[in-house]
Amino acid sequence: MSADIVLWLVQDGITTGAIYALLALALLLVFAVTRIIFVPQGEFVSYAALSLGMLQTGQTPGTVWVLIAGGAIVAVLEGASALARREPARLARILAVYVAGPLAIAALARWGAAHALGLWAQMAIVAALVVPLGPLLYRIAYRPLADASVLVLFIVSMAAHYVLSGLGLVIFGGEGLRTNPISEARFDVGVLKIGAQSVWVAGASLVCMIALWLFFEHTLVGKALRATAINRVGARLAGIPAGLTGSIAFVLAAAIGAASGVLISPIATIYYDSGLMISLKGFVGAILGGMASYPLAALGALGVGLIESFSSFWASALKETIVFTLIIPVLLWRSLASRHPAVEDEEE
Amino acid sequence: MRAQAVLAAALLLATAAAPLALPEFYVTLLNYIGLATLVTLGLVVMTGVAGIVSFGQQAFVGIAAYATAGLTTLAGLSPWAGLVASLAATAASALLLGAVTLRLSGHYLAIATIAWGVAIYYLFGNLPLLGQYSGIDNVPPVSLGGWAIDSGRESYYLIWTFTAAALVAERNLLASRLGRAIRALRFRAVMAESCGVDTASLKLLVFVHAALLAGLAGWLHAHFLRFVSPHAFGINAGIDYLFMAVIGGAAEVWGALVGASIMTILKEWLKDWLPAFSQRSGNYETVVFGVLMLLLLHRARDGLAPVLARLLPEGARQRPAQVAAPAREAPPPAGTVLLEVHGLGKRFGGLVAVRDLSFAMNAGEILGLIGPNGAGKTTVFNLVGGALAADEGEVRLKGSRIDRLPSREIARRGLRRTFQQVHLVSRMSVLDNVAIGAHLRGGRGALAAMLRAERDEERTLLSEAARALDRVGLGEHLFEPAGSLPLGSQRAVEIARALAGDPQVLLLDEPAAGLRYGEKRALAALLDRLRAEGLGILLVEHDMEFVMGLADRLVVMDFGEKLAEGLPDEVRRDPAVIEAYLGGEAGDRGQKNLKPETGS
Repeated sequence: MSADIVLWLVQDGITTGAIYALLALALLLVFAVTRIIFVPQGEFVSYAALSLGMLQTGQTPGTVWVLIAGGAIVAVLEGASALARREPARLARILAVYVAGPLAIAALARWGAAHALGLWAQMAIVAALVVPLGPLLYRIAYRPLADASVLVLFIVSMAAHYVLSGLGLVIFGGEGLRTNPISEARFDVGVLKIGAQSVWVAGASLVCMIALWLFFEHTLVGKALRATAINRVGARLAGIPAGLTGSIAFVLAAAIGAASGVLISPIATIYYDSGLMISLKGFVGAILGGMASYPLAALGALGVGLIESFSSFWASALKETIVFTLIIPVLLWRSLASRHPAVEDEEE
Repeated sequence: MRAQAVLAAALLLATAAAPLALPEFYVTLLNYIGLATLVTLGLVVMTGVAGIVSFGQQAFVGIAAYATAGLTTLAGLSPWAGLVASLAATAASALLLGAVTLRLSGHYLAIATIAWGVAIYYLFGNLPLLGQYSGIDNVPPVSLGGWAIDSGRESYYLIWTFTAAALVAERNLLASRLGRAIRALRFRAVMAESCGVDTASLKLLVFVHAALLAGLAGWLHAHFLRFVSPHAFGINAGIDYLFMAVIGGAAEVWGALVGASIMTILKEWLKDWLPAFSQRSGNYETVVFGVLMLLLLHRARDGLAPVLARLLPEGARQRPAQVAAPAREAPPPAGTVLLEVHGLGKRFGGLVAVRDLSFAMNAGEILGLIGPNGAGKTTVFNLVGGALAADEGEVRLKGSRIDRLPSREIARRGLRRTFQQVHLVSRMSVLDNVAIGAHLRGGRGALAAMLRAERDEERTLLSEAARALDRVGLGEHLFEPAGSLPLGSQRAVEIARALAGDPQVLLLDEPAAGLRYGEKRALAALLDRLRAEGLGILLVEHDMEFVMGLADRLVVMDFGEKLAEGLPDEVRRDPAVIEAYLGGEAGDRGQKNLKPETGS
């Protein structure tokens, strides 16, 4: 294997690794704040990628239907609870947020599909379509079970994954899509030709990570999320509402998912069911990093990208097998390092 | 019992007659239900009862299917040799995966099983030896003494014989000594350890045995369909199996049958019905399954089996027959030193919970351990009982050191404890809870339990448990769920569980809390009798009247250190003790502060 191949594989590994790193951060964030193993994270990626693809081919992304339906379900749930509490005044706001909001976004998407917009405008529309799905999903699937055990929430995640990937097939169809890159330019660096898209991916990931760090270190909401992650009961006693932190974590997760989807779609063909594998690779990364530290999770995910890239060169057929088997020696090491038996779940 | 027997006989007859009466399509469907039931059965015990979640059972089905398909088609071995190889391959891979993940928190195992399922799927799909994505065909049928089982109807009998046997075996397992311990794994592992259960090995056993059931299904799958391909072992199959277990619920093994039937039939039905709404083909049924699962988890998290169980006649349980107590080690004569604690110390980060604590307890003695809240009494209990590891000092039981031993080993040497916050398996009956205490007095394994070959031992254990419950005055409540008793009675169940282990040393953490006056007197009388039988009892209690009236000697702790030791009357007059309890020093300070204001 010559040096330029190594360099090329490294570059390829870093590009996909950067995406996995973003997802690993989102997964860790959601787990720390809500104790949810958020498998459907990958569905945000595929929804964003495929929505962008549909916009670029002049079609209204089917995501609008999921958004409208999700909003309607939440409107019914929230409306019923407002009526049960005899607060009919809240109904107007509920209708505005959960019914009128999605309809307005859908109208925007429809208009955007009909006009040949620039890439950035299309990305903004995709963000408007996908990011609200995060808090809607939290409200519908998870919030009613916020006190359930980690394992029950995990099963909920699998159910949500089933719903979202099945709906993905309905609205996007079984065909994969690849979108236009942000830039077609290529740079010659020594023997390497680096695509501008790779630079965009790595740069955007880095910017997202720095933005997340600033958010957690320097904003009140970020600190509230950190407090909830460290001590759920304590945070609640200090007046941080658990439902709100959960919603915010899901907004962030959906935003990171949408960004990843938009970034990855020009370099990989995304199908309606690509989300699960992407999420799982994020999890492998987070576990490689110990499932506790954000920088280590990002590094672990970068490692997954590199291993994937090298194993696709050496044994491309067994690429996935190698990446997913990797988790076993890591867990073995963690298992040997942990002296205490696993913490018991609280009886429900 | 009669109604249940009639129902079971009718069910058996219907099962046997089904393939004669039904068209081929339904027989095939029933075969699929049988296979899914086998896999789900393992999950019901593992996930529903023991709380170990796996999304990777399809990988074990696949390993077994490929093992037997490979050996019978490539090496020309008999399917029965394939069965042995299938089960060996599944057991080996489950042992590896379980050993790696079972010590970590549950979600690691769940993620690891998904990752493992994906890895295996792509391995099957890419190895040329295994036919890549087209798989292996021409798998020979199972033959039984020259009779080749090569039609769907014949396979039906093979599949359902195994499935029915597995259902009965699992039911027997859950109603055995090991079954009680398995029920404690999910929420009460610390308690189970304190009763001598090796919870880590038991979890591994549960995991491997669920994998073996999946392996059995895989072997049947390969020889019933006569071909194997990776598509049957994709990640969605693993999710479906778990959903089946959730639908059926945890309470009963036949929940597996309910869950597997509902999912399999629904899937078949949706495949016919959904394409009518859409021109595209694909896994639309996942949307329906996902929505159903969400509704179920939100509305009926225990699954459907408990709902259905209410419709069935309930068999009344008989009080276990009195059996002669098993031979027991003669208790040491009164006055022998049983328990010695020397220089014990424990820190939690910067907090010193226990410092340089020493005391000794004799056989036939009640030693009271008292002190204000936060003095470190419960920590001492956890150190002596092995729930926590000491930083310094040593603990000796009957002369040999126990401070480095896990609590199950300490239990084996004759020390039992109760917990300040009761540790009962609340859905299990009072009798079964107490029988966990007698765990070490039996030794028969899972296989014996499945075949009900351990009934003699079981009778002894249940009889001992009932005897212990009689002693604490709960002989009338044997079959009530433990969680339904009032708190005071739950504490008594804790004591009965400790007694069922036939201990020589008993550690009781606030046994009188929440008891009414009459109950306290009965408890005091019981402890008095146990002392007369030669037990050493270490008692932590806040009720001073109770301790003073009962304890032979007292050790007083404050801020993790021993403040005083002696006879109750001496301790009562000790100024240091009075100060610790009544806040003498704080009182003095208050007076000093008052003086200038009163202007003397």
